[in-house]
Amino acid sequence: MKFGVIIFPGSNCDYDAYRAVKDVLKEEVEFLWHQDTSLNDCHCVILPGGFSYGDYLRTGAIARFSPIMKEVVKFARKGGLVLGICNGFQILLESGLLPGAMLRNQSLKFVCKHVYIRTEVIETPYTNLCKTRQVLRIPVAHSDGNYFISEEGLAGLKDNNQVVFRYCNASGELQPGYNPNGAIDDIAGICNEHRNVLGMMPHPERASEGILGSQDGRYLFRSVVRFVKKEKGI
Amino acid sequence: MVKVKSTQDKKKGHFQAVVYVKLKDGVLDPQGSTIKRALADMGYKGIEEVRSGKVFEITLNSRNRKETEKLLDQICKKLLANPVIEKYNFQVR
Repeated sequence: MKFGVIIFPGSNCDYDAYRAVKDVLKEEVEFLWHQDTSLNDCHCVILPGGFSYGDYLRTGAIARFSPIMKEVVKFARKGGLVLGICNGFQILLESGLLPGAMLRNQSLKFVCKHVYIRTEVIETPYTNLCKTRQVLRIPVAHSDGNYFISEEGLAGLKDNNQVVFRYCNASGELQPGYNPNGAIDDIAGICNEHRNVLGMMPHPERASEGILGSQDGRYLFRSVVRFVKKEKGI
Repeated sequence: MVKVKSTQDKKKGHFQAVVYVKLKDGVLDPQGSTIKRALADMGYKGIEEVRSGKVFEITLNSRNRKETEKLLDQICKKLLANPVIEKYNFQVR
Protein backbone atom coordinates (compact mmCIF):
# COMPACT_ATOMS: atom_id res chain seq x y z
CA MET A 1 0.00 0.00 0.00
CA LYS A 2 1.10 3.59 -0.49
CA PHE A 3 1.04 6.56 1.89
CA GLY A 4 1.34 10.18 0.78
CA VAL A 5 2.68 12.93 3.02
CA ILE A 6 1.70 16.46 2.01
CA ILE A 7 4.28 19.21 2.34
CA PHE A 8 2.79 22.66 2.96
CA PRO A 9 5.02 25.73 3.31
CA GLY A 10 5.83 25.50 7.01
CA SER A 11 5.20 21.78 7.54
CA ASN A 12 7.87 20.45 9.89
CA CYS A 13 6.80 16.90 10.74
CA ASP A 14 6.67 15.79 7.12
CA TYR A 15 9.98 13.92 7.29
CA ASP A 16 9.04 12.34 10.64
CA ALA A 17 5.85 10.94 9.11
CA TYR A 18 7.74 9.83 6.01
CA ARG A 19 10.30 8.02 8.13
CA ALA A 20 7.68 6.34 10.32
CA VAL A 21 6.05 4.87 7.22
CA LYS A 22 9.17 4.03 5.24
CA ASP A 23 11.64 2.87 7.88
CA VAL A 24 9.37 1.66 10.66
CA LEU A 25 6.39 0.26 8.77
CA LYS A 26 8.47 -0.57 5.68
CA GLU A 27 5.64 0.57 3.43
CA GLU A 28 5.71 2.71 0.30
CA VAL A 29 5.46 6.45 0.84
CA GLU A 30 5.91 9.61 -1.21
CA PHE A 31 5.79 13.33 -0.60
CA LEU A 32 2.99 15.35 -2.17
CA TRP A 33 3.60 19.05 -2.81
CA HIS A 34 0.94 21.56 -1.75
CA GLN A 35 0.66 22.81 -5.31
CA ASP A 36 0.19 19.33 -6.79
CA THR A 37 -3.20 18.47 -8.16
CA SER A 38 -2.97 14.70 -7.86
CA LEU A 39 -2.66 12.35 -4.89
CA ASN A 40 -0.80 9.85 -7.10
CA ASP A 41 -2.99 6.91 -6.12
CA CYS A 42 -1.98 7.00 -2.46
CA HIS A 43 -4.25 4.90 -0.23
CA CYS A 44 -3.75 7.10 2.81
CA VAL A 45 -2.86 10.78 2.80
CA ILE A 46 -1.15 12.28 5.84
CA LEU A 47 -1.39 16.02 6.60
CA PRO A 48 1.63 16.43 8.87
CA GLY A 49 2.29 18.73 11.80
CA GLY A 50 3.99 22.10 11.54
CA PHE A 51 3.08 25.72 11.07
CA SER A 52 1.67 25.90 7.56
CA TYR A 53 1.75 29.49 6.30
CA GLY A 54 3.16 30.58 9.64
CA ASP A 55 -0.20 29.91 11.33
CA TYR A 56 -1.20 33.33 9.95
CA LEU A 57 -4.85 34.35 10.36
CA ARG A 58 -5.80 31.06 12.08
CA THR A 59 -3.99 27.73 12.16
CA GLY A 60 -4.70 25.88 8.92
CA ALA A 61 -6.81 28.72 7.51
CA ILE A 62 -4.58 29.44 4.51
CA ALA A 63 -3.37 25.89 3.86
CA ARG A 64 -6.89 24.70 3.27
CA PHE A 65 -6.93 26.71 0.04
CA SER A 66 -3.81 24.99 -1.36
CA PRO A 67 -4.43 23.31 -4.73
CA ILE A 68 -3.77 19.86 -3.23
CA MET A 69 -6.57 20.35 -0.69
CA LYS A 70 -9.18 20.25 -3.46
CA GLU A 71 -7.98 16.74 -4.23
CA VAL A 72 -7.86 15.79 -0.56
CA VAL A 73 -11.47 16.89 -0.09
CA LYS A 74 -12.59 14.92 -3.17
CA PHE A 75 -10.62 11.89 -2.00
CA ALA A 76 -12.10 12.08 1.50
CA ARG A 77 -15.65 12.46 0.18
CA LYS A 78 -15.13 9.24 -1.79
CA GLY A 79 -14.03 7.43 1.37
CA GLY A 80 -10.25 7.82 1.01
CA LEU A 81 -8.16 7.71 4.18
CA VAL A 82 -6.99 11.11 5.39
CA LEU A 83 -5.00 11.46 8.61
CA GLY A 84 -4.37 14.95 9.98
CA ILE A 85 -1.79 15.26 12.74
CA CYS A 86 -1.61 18.47 14.80
CA ASN A 87 -1.44 21.24 12.17
CA GLY A 88 -2.89 18.63 9.79
CA PHE A 89 -5.87 18.30 12.16
CA GLN A 90 -6.24 22.09 12.19
CA ILE A 91 -6.26 22.12 8.37
CA LEU A 92 -8.95 19.41 8.30
CA LEU A 93 -11.11 21.51 10.65
CA GLU A 94 -10.68 24.63 8.53
CA SER A 95 -11.46 22.71 5.36
CA GLY A 96 -14.68 21.38 6.85
CA LEU A 97 -13.71 17.71 6.56
CA LEU A 98 -14.03 17.51 10.35
CA PRO A 99 -16.37 19.53 12.58
CA GLY A 100 -15.30 22.10 15.18
CA ALA A 101 -12.41 24.54 15.46
CA MET A 102 -9.18 25.12 17.38
CA LEU A 103 -8.68 27.80 19.99
CA ARG A 104 -5.47 28.94 21.66
CA ASN A 105 -4.41 26.63 24.54
CA GLN A 106 -6.07 27.59 27.78
CA SER A 107 -2.61 28.22 29.32
CA LEU A 108 -1.64 30.40 26.33
CA LYS A 109 1.59 28.41 26.30
CA PHE A 110 3.14 26.15 23.72
CA VAL A 111 2.78 22.67 25.21
CA CYS A 112 5.40 20.08 24.26
CA LYS A 113 5.34 16.84 26.25
CA HIS A 114 4.26 13.21 26.28
CA VAL A 115 0.59 12.77 27.18
CA TYR A 116 -1.69 9.79 27.65
CA ILE A 117 -4.67 9.34 25.38
CA ARG A 118 -7.44 6.78 25.66
CA THR A 119 -8.69 5.02 22.56
CA GLU A 120 -12.44 5.51 22.70
CA VAL A 121 -13.37 3.95 19.37
CA ILE A 122 -11.58 0.97 17.85
CA GLU A 123 -13.86 0.50 14.85
CA THR A 124 -11.87 2.88 12.66
CA PRO A 125 -9.20 2.36 10.00
CA TYR A 126 -6.75 4.03 12.41
CA THR A 127 -7.41 2.17 15.66
CA ASN A 128 -8.47 -1.34 14.66
CA LEU A 129 -5.36 -2.85 16.30
CA CYS A 130 -6.03 -1.13 19.64
CA LYS A 131 -8.03 -2.61 22.45
CA THR A 132 -11.09 -0.73 23.72
CA ARG A 133 -9.97 2.02 26.09
CA GLN A 134 -6.31 1.25 25.38
CA VAL A 135 -4.07 4.00 26.72
CA LEU A 136 -1.39 5.30 24.34
CA ARG A 137 1.55 7.47 25.34
CA ILE A 138 2.16 9.97 22.55
CA PRO A 139 3.67 13.48 22.55
CA VAL A 140 1.83 16.71 21.83
CA ALA A 141 3.49 19.94 20.63
CA HIS A 142 1.16 22.84 19.94
CA SER A 143 -0.12 26.29 20.90
CA ASP A 144 -3.59 25.87 19.43
CA GLY A 145 -4.96 22.50 20.49
CA ASN A 146 -7.91 23.67 22.52
CA TYR A 147 -10.59 21.88 20.54
CA PHE A 148 -13.96 23.61 20.48
CA ILE A 149 -17.34 22.62 19.11
CA SER A 150 -20.89 23.83 19.82
CA GLU A 151 -23.04 21.90 22.30
CA GLU A 152 -25.11 20.40 19.51
CA GLY A 153 -21.97 19.52 17.59
CA LEU A 154 -20.51 17.78 20.63
CA ALA A 155 -23.71 15.81 21.15
CA GLY A 156 -23.50 14.75 17.49
CA LEU A 157 -19.88 13.61 17.87
CA LYS A 158 -20.80 11.53 20.91
CA ASP A 159 -23.94 10.04 19.37
CA ASN A 160 -21.98 8.89 16.32
CA ASN A 161 -18.96 7.68 18.28
CA GLN A 162 -16.66 10.13 16.56
CA VAL A 163 -14.51 10.99 19.57
CA VAL A 164 -11.63 8.60 18.93
CA PHE A 165 -9.10 9.82 21.55
CA ARG A 166 -9.42 11.58 24.91
CA TYR A 167 -6.64 12.91 27.15
CA CYS A 168 -6.41 10.82 30.33
CA ASN A 169 -4.00 9.72 33.06
CA ALA A 170 -1.68 6.71 32.81
CA SER A 171 -4.46 4.36 33.90
CA GLY A 172 -6.92 5.74 31.37
CA GLU A 173 -9.05 7.81 33.74
CA LEU A 174 -10.27 11.23 32.68
CA GLN A 175 -9.04 13.53 35.40
CA PRO A 176 -8.34 17.22 35.78
CA GLY A 177 -4.74 18.09 35.03
CA TYR A 178 -4.26 15.60 32.21
CA ASN A 179 -5.82 17.67 29.46
CA PRO A 180 -2.87 19.71 28.13
CA ASN A 181 -4.81 22.44 26.32
CA GLY A 182 -8.33 22.81 27.72
CA ALA A 183 -10.00 20.96 24.84
CA ILE A 184 -13.73 20.48 25.33
CA ASP A 185 -14.62 17.08 26.81
CA ASP A 186 -10.87 16.14 26.89
CA ILE A 187 -10.98 15.56 23.12
CA ALA A 188 -7.60 14.71 21.57
CA GLY A 189 -8.81 13.28 18.27
CA ILE A 190 -11.99 12.87 16.24
CA CYS A 191 -13.08 11.18 13.04
CA ASN A 192 -15.81 12.00 10.54
CA GLU A 193 -19.06 10.08 10.40
CA HIS A 194 -17.72 7.67 7.83
CA ARG A 195 -14.55 7.11 9.89
CA ASN A 196 -12.19 7.58 6.95
CA VAL A 197 -10.92 11.00 8.11
CA LEU A 198 -9.10 11.27 11.45
CA GLY A 199 -7.66 14.37 13.08
CA MET A 200 -5.58 14.27 16.25
CA MET A 201 -3.38 16.71 18.14
CA PRO A 202 -0.83 14.13 19.50
CA HIS A 203 1.94 13.06 17.11
CA PRO A 204 1.95 9.28 16.50
CA GLU A 205 4.93 9.64 14.14
CA ARG A 206 6.97 10.98 17.05
CA ALA A 207 6.15 7.84 19.02
CA SER A 208 7.01 5.19 16.49
CA GLU A 209 10.43 4.00 17.64
CA GLY A 210 11.91 2.97 20.99
CA ILE A 211 14.60 5.62 20.79
CA LEU A 212 11.87 8.29 20.76
CA GLY A 213 10.56 7.16 24.15
CA SER A 214 7.38 5.45 22.97
CA GLN A 215 6.29 3.16 20.19
CA ASP A 216 2.56 3.53 20.77
CA GLY A 217 2.11 5.59 17.60
CA ARG A 218 2.74 2.41 15.61
CA TYR A 219 -0.73 1.18 16.50
CA LEU A 220 -2.21 3.88 14.29
CA PHE A 221 0.00 3.35 11.27
CA ARG A 222 -0.23 -0.44 11.50
CA SER A 223 -4.02 -0.22 11.80
CA VAL A 224 -4.11 1.76 8.56
CA VAL A 225 -1.96 -0.82 6.78
CA ARG A 226 -4.11 -3.64 8.08
CA PHE A 227 -7.30 -1.86 7.05
CA VAL A 228 -6.12 -1.01 3.54
CA LYS A 229 -4.66 -4.46 2.87
CA LYS A 230 -7.88 -6.10 4.03
CA GLU A 231 -10.16 -3.70 2.14
CA LYS A 232 -8.24 -3.51 -1.09
CA GLY A 233 -6.77 -7.00 -0.99
CA ILE A 234 -3.24 -5.73 -1.56
CA MET B 1 -8.48 54.77 15.25
CA VAL B 2 -8.31 53.96 11.58
CA LYS B 3 -7.72 56.88 9.21
CA VAL B 4 -10.14 56.87 6.34
CA LYS B 5 -10.08 59.28 3.39
CA SER B 6 -13.05 61.58 3.24
CA THR B 7 -15.69 60.93 0.59
CA GLN B 8 -14.66 63.99 -1.41
CA ASP B 9 -11.13 62.90 -2.29
CA LYS B 10 -12.10 59.24 -2.77
CA LYS B 11 -11.58 57.92 -6.29
CA LYS B 12 -14.67 56.51 -7.93
CA GLY B 13 -14.97 52.75 -7.26
CA HIS B 14 -12.23 52.89 -4.68
CA PHE B 15 -13.35 51.64 -1.29
CA GLN B 16 -11.77 51.28 2.09
CA ALA B 17 -13.16 48.79 4.52
CA VAL B 18 -12.48 47.86 8.11
CA VAL B 19 -13.36 44.28 9.03
CA TYR B 20 -13.74 43.22 12.66
CA VAL B 21 -13.53 39.54 13.59
CA LYS B 22 -14.44 38.55 17.14
CA LEU B 23 -14.99 35.32 18.99
CA LYS B 24 -18.66 34.44 19.32
CA ASP B 25 -20.28 34.97 22.70
CA GLY B 26 -19.89 31.85 24.76
CA VAL B 27 -16.61 30.82 23.12
CA LEU B 28 -13.82 30.91 25.69
CA ASP B 29 -11.23 33.57 24.98
CA PRO B 30 -8.03 32.63 26.86
CA GLN B 31 -6.24 35.73 25.55
CA GLY B 32 -9.03 38.06 26.63
CA SER B 33 -9.22 36.58 30.12
CA THR B 34 -5.44 36.76 30.54
CA ILE B 35 -5.47 40.45 29.56
CA LYS B 36 -8.30 41.03 32.02
CA ARG B 37 -6.27 39.43 34.83
CA ALA B 38 -3.23 41.50 33.87
CA LEU B 39 -5.28 44.70 34.01
CA ALA B 40 -6.53 43.73 37.47
CA ASP B 41 -2.94 43.06 38.58
CA MET B 42 -1.98 46.51 37.27
CA GLY B 43 -4.53 48.03 39.58
CA TYR B 44 -7.30 48.84 37.12
CA LYS B 45 -10.55 48.27 38.91
CA GLY B 46 -13.93 47.60 37.42
CA ILE B 47 -12.80 45.85 34.23
CA GLU B 48 -15.62 43.37 33.76
CA GLU B 49 -14.65 41.59 30.61
CA VAL B 50 -12.03 41.67 27.84
CA ARG B 51 -12.66 39.93 24.53
CA SER B 52 -9.87 39.81 21.96
CA GLY B 53 -10.34 39.98 18.21
CA LYS B 54 -8.80 40.96 14.90
CA VAL B 55 -9.08 43.99 12.66
CA PHE B 56 -8.36 44.04 8.93
CA GLU B 57 -8.10 47.17 6.79
CA ILE B 58 -8.89 46.36 3.20
CA THR B 59 -8.60 48.69 0.21
CA LEU B 60 -10.37 47.55 -2.92
CA ASN B 61 -11.79 48.57 -6.26
CA SER B 62 -15.32 47.64 -7.08
CA ARG B 63 -18.31 49.00 -9.00
CA ASN B 64 -20.37 50.24 -6.11
CA ARG B 65 -20.98 49.97 -2.40
CA LYS B 66 -23.45 47.12 -2.72
CA GLU B 67 -20.96 45.02 -4.66
CA THR B 68 -18.23 45.87 -2.15
CA GLU B 69 -20.35 44.70 0.74
CA LYS B 70 -21.26 41.50 -1.04
CA LEU B 71 -17.60 40.79 -1.74
CA LEU B 72 -16.53 41.54 1.83
CA ASP B 73 -19.24 39.29 3.19
CA GLN B 74 -17.97 36.50 0.98
CA ILE B 75 -14.31 36.83 1.97
CA CYS B 76 -15.25 37.05 5.65
CA LYS B 77 -17.22 33.83 5.39
CA LYS B 78 -14.60 32.03 3.33
CA LEU B 79 -11.36 33.17 4.90
CA LEU B 80 -11.22 35.98 7.44
CA ALA B 81 -13.56 34.43 10.01
CA ASN B 82 -14.19 30.85 11.03
CA PRO B 83 -17.96 30.69 11.52
CA VAL B 84 -17.60 27.88 14.09
CA ILE B 85 -15.99 30.20 16.63
CA GLU B 86 -16.05 33.71 15.19
CA LYS B 87 -18.43 36.45 14.10
CA TYR B 88 -17.62 39.45 11.94
CA ASN B 89 -18.82 42.84 10.83
CA PHE B 90 -17.40 45.55 8.61
CA GLN B 91 -17.63 49.21 7.73
CA VAL B 92 -17.18 50.48 4.20
CA ARG B 93 -16.15 54.04 3.37
